[in-house]
This record gives sequence, C-alpha cells and structure tokens, in this order.
Amino acid sequence: MIRSIVDFFGNEAYATPRRRLFYLVLVSVVVADFLVFREHAEYLWERVPGWSAVYGFLSCVLLIFVSKFLGHQGGLMRREDYYD
Amino acid sequence: MTDFVHPALLFILGAVPIAFLNGSIRKAYLVLVPTLAILAVLTLQPGSYGAAQVIGQEILVAKVDRLSIVFATVFTIMALIGMVYALHLTRPGQHVAAFVYVGSALGVVFAGDYLTLYLFWEGMAFASAYLVFARGGGQAIRAAFRYLMVHITGGVVLLGGIILHAVATNSLLFGPIEGGMGAGAYLILAGFLLNAAVPPLNAWLTDAYPEATVTGAVFMSAFTTKTAVYVLARAFPGAELLVWLGTAMALYGVIYAVLENDCRRLLAYHIVSQVGYMVAGIGIGTEMAVNGATSHAFAHILYKALLFMGAGAVIYVTGRRKLTELGGLYRTMPLTVTLYMVGALAISAFPFFSGFVTKSMVVAAAGQDHRALVVLALTMASSGTFLHTGLKLPYYMFFGTDRGLAAREPPRNMLVAMGMAAVLCIAIGVFPQQLYALLPYPGAFEPYTGVHVTESLGLLMFTALGFVLFLRALDPENTISIDTDWFYRRGARYFMWIAEKPLARYEKAVSDVSETAALPLLHGAARAGLRVDLNGVDAVVNGVARSILRGGGTLRRLQTGVVTHYALAMIAGVIAATAVFAVVWQ
Repeated sequence: MIRSIVDFFGNEAYATPRRRLFYLVLVSVVVADFLVFREHAEYLWERVPGWSAVYGFLSCVLLIFVSKFLGHQGGLMRREDYYD
Repeated sequence: MTDFVHPALLFILGAVPIAFLNGSIRKAYLVLVPTLAILAVLTLQPGSYGAAQVIGQEILVAKVDRLSIVFATVFTIMALIGMVYALHLTRPGQHVAAFVYVGSALGVVFAGDYLTLYLFWEGMAFASAYLVFARGGGQAIRAAFRYLMVHITGGVVLLGGIILHAVATNSLLFGPIEGGMGAGAYLILAGFLLNAAVPPLNAWLTDAYPEATVTGAVFMSAFTTKTAVYVLARAFPGAELLVWLGTAMALYGVIYAVLENDCRRLLAYHIVSQVGYMVAGIGIGTEMAVNGATSHAFAHILYKALLFMGAGAVIYVTGRRKLTELGGLYRTMPLTVTLYMVGALAISAFPFFSGFVTKSMVVAAAGQDHRALVVLALTMASSGTFLHTGLKLPYYMFFGTDRGLAAREPPRNMLVAMGMAAVLCIAIGVFPQQLYALLPYPGAFEPYTGVHVTESLGLLMFTALGFVLFLRALDPENTISIDTDWFYRRGARYFMWIAEKPLARYEKAVSDVSETAALPLLHGAARAGLRVDLNGVDAVVNGVARSILRGGGTLRRLQTGVVTHYALAMIAGVIAATAVFAVVWQ
C-alpha cells in the first residue's frame, strides 16, 4: 500500500489526478476557512476568512525571491571550492 | 539518595563496557542501557540530590523538577532511537562517543550548580566532536576542528561568566538569573546562545552537522541545541532580547535553507529556524510560552532526528549528499520516503502531527502577549519550513529528475529507528494532552479548534501552491553559502595574510632603514661621543678633581683635631639655624 501511495506522488502517469486532487484540496481548505466558527480574533487579519492562505502564498514567494536575491546579488552563494 | 539513579551515570559509566562487547551481545547492551535510562527517568521524584561542598562552594549534582524531567524524558527516548539507528556499526567508537554525549547532556539537564553544568557542558562538546571526526577525510576533520574550536571558545566564555557571576552573587547554584544583568550574566548568556546556535553564533552547527557520520548527525541534531534551550529556559525566562533573537533566527534559518544544496545542511538550517521558536518562547516568558518552548523542544528532537535519519539513509545507500546529484529514489526507497515525510509533516505542523500541537502553543503565547510582529514572523517561518523540509528537499531527493541511482532501502535497524520516531511524531499529534501533562506549568491548551486547523492548512497548502508555481526558481544550485563561519575560515586567512605580508614587509623595511641609515648614524654619533668624551668630558672631570684636591688641602688646614672647636662650631650652627628660622618663618 505504501508503495502505491508513494508511486502516486512520484510517477508521471498520475500527474493529472494528482493535480486535480491538489486543486480540490486548495479549494476545500479555503471554503472550510469561510465556514469555520471564529469565536474570538486577537488581531484584525484573523477576522478575514482565508487570510492564512494569502499569507502563506505571499510568504512562500517572498522567501524564495528574497533568499535567491541575497544569494545571487548579495553574494551569499559562492563556488563550492570557495574555502579551499 | 539510594532511590536516585542519575541517568547521566548510566550512560557515562555504561559507555565503558561497549568496547569489550561484541556482536549481538553488544547490540543488546546498546539497546538495554537507554531503555533502563528511560525507566530511571520515569521513576524520578522531584527533589535535590548529591548536595556537597567543594572548595567552599555549594554543589548540587542533580536538581530534579518538572522542567528537567521533560527534557530528560525526550533525551533518553532519543538515545534509544539513535542507538537503534546506529546498531549496524561494527566499530564501537561512535557508540561510546554517543553514550558519553547523551550522558553529558543529561548531566547538564539535571545540574543544580554551575560547576557541574560546566563540566558536562564541555563533555558534550568533546564527545560530539568525535562524531564528526569519525567520518574521516580532510573535509570532515577540518570541520570537526572548527567545531571544537568554536565550542571551546564558547566554553571559556561560559566559564568566565560563571566565575564573575559566582563572585557577584556568592553562589554557584544554577537558577533564574535575577536582578540586574552583570557582565557575568551576559557572558553566561553568550555561552548559552552559542550552543543554541543563535545567529551570528550559528555557523558551527551548519558547518559541522552535515560533515558528521550518518548516525552521528542524528545524535547531534537532538542534544546540543536542546540542552541550550533547557539552560536558557532555566536561567533567562522572560529576557526580552531572546524574543527578537528567536524571531530573527526562525527566519534566518529559512532564508539560508532556500540557498542550500547539501541535504543535511538544509536540515541543519532548519534546526536554527526551529530553535528560534523555542528561544522566542523563552524570551516571552509567560507560563504558556515556556510550556510551548518546552513541548516544541520535545517534538522537535523526535521529528528532526527522523528527518536526519531519512537524509542519512539516502547518504548511506547512495553515497551522495547534494540535491543536484539526487533524485528519483522513490521507486527504490518507498519506506524511507514515507517515514521521512512523517517527519516533514511533523516539522511543518500539519494537523495530527507533533509540530502542530507544540509550535502553535508558542505562536499562541506570542499572540496573547500582544506581539503581532512576532506572530507574523513565526507564521512566515512556518511557511518556509514546509517549503523546504516538506517540499523542496523530498522533491529533489526522492522525486524530481531520476538520476538512475542504484538504491535500496537502508538496513532494517535504520528503518526500525525511523519507524519509532515516526510513531511518536504521530502519537504526540493525535494525543497532545499526554505531552502537555508533562510540561513544567499547568494550564489547558487546545490545539484542535476549527479555526486553527483550517488556518494552518490554508497556510501550508498555499505554500505548496507557491512551490508548484515557482518550482524552477528553487532548483538547487551547485554552490555553498557564506555564513558567519566566514570570519574564521576566510577572515582568519586575511588576518594571516596581513600578519605575513604587510607586517613582515614593515618589519623588513624597519631593519633596512636601521642598516642603511641608522647604523652609520649611530657609528658616527658613537665616534663623536668618544671624541667629546676624551677631550671635553675628561678634561672637565680632571679639572674638577684637581680643584677638589686643592680645596681638600685648604680644608685640611682648618681641621684642628680639638673636640671643643668642633663642639663650638656645632653650637654656632644651631644658633644660626634657630636665628634664621625665627626671622624667616615668624
């Protein structure tokens, strides 16, 4: 069973159902966030349903590009023999 | 005293027989000792043990309370898992080092005074360094020396702090540092922060851990930073500085993880990031925050070890460690993939995995303490954690481009160890109250509220969307990243260059000047001096001597040899002196 689950995530043959499942999960997570009961919200943004989805996506993009910018333009990334 | 068996002793004394045992007896012994240690910790009663006086100072070898029991519990469980993972090793060296390492970590956790703490602290540094040396090869040995160098420096700073603190407070007992922060307290804090890998003192970790042996790195990922978290929680709860250091650290590790190509170095950067949550929690210092930091340390040890075991299994089987050289292993290593993913989901804080029930406690505590910025930064770091350990690393290691590597599942003991850690990661996630019951402070916390679950899933799944959309931007590159180890790896080289080139040239120039210009000048001056001496000074000296001789002859004629004359002269002198005194000072 484990093998077939892992195969589902790895094998190109399952690319289409995999993508469909992914979209289904994305949509249902956002829908659930709208339906869920918010008893108390400490901060302003917590009252907005779906804020965490937006924040997660923005965080991810920001982290990728800021880090790569620091790596390439900021000079953090060096050739592997830099210390030799 | 008789009902107390110090778990550290079990490991440290228990390390001795390992070298004399062989085959399956040794394997049984390696599993038996950690099992006994788990039992010893479970039966511990809070209290103080082993109080004594050494050189006029109060020593407390073991102070058992709720905080130390939580850490000791997870340390001994981790020791068992790590030992199972390392059972296939034929040579005893690493087993002995790991025993001493675990024993020292337990010694720190129970230390009731700074002297005991310091001794075990240094024991940890040396025992763990062996786990890096043991891999052999120039790269690992150089990294191990750097690791030792940094930790010895940190140890000296800590010792200096301990002495200053002891002089200031007249006590060596280890506890919360109260009142004003003196120089001693700051040095102690610096020593602790170094072991917690707080930037800029983090580079030793990300430098050395990926160079350790496959089994050694599993132990290292668990103990050094978490003992540092423990001592910070003990001595500096509520220190405002720690909130900001911890928050910065959580993001620092995530940013470097984007750039990393070495699979275990990427995981090492995530230790930095995850320890950031704990340091921030300790800095916030409320009961809930310290509970959160403690429980997060508990969960972190298990899932981080699981991740290191998964990456270690890949290195063990393929001999490769760079993401640019790995890929397509899911076909041949499905069990490893699955177990690794349990750890990845746990660190990413998916519902029903351990990270979910512990990390959220720290974030919620920050929220209750009205620290919006900390909440947002730590949430962003959560997104980055899933991005790397849950998506990037498994994608490029197990899926992605199939490099056609001949791989197989690792030895059974490795899989069993990973299975044990995976079961615990899920068990903590499903039954969090069992873990919460162990925490130092009472207080209810319910992680499974509807909002919390949907918010967490939203954050994680849309991070995954970002990953899918910008996959190409994340392709690993054949590079290494400059961290603060630059200062002692490259900066030291510049220092040596300055010492060798400009300084040496300056010295040569100075000696040249002295030979070409100064020496003749000095010679000339010496000759002139001699001439002046012979003609001028000698003449003056001779003249003075002759006049003194002549004056002496004249004076001799005044000497009569009659005592009354001398006495008369003295009386006249006294009268004259009195007269002068009376006229001038009256």
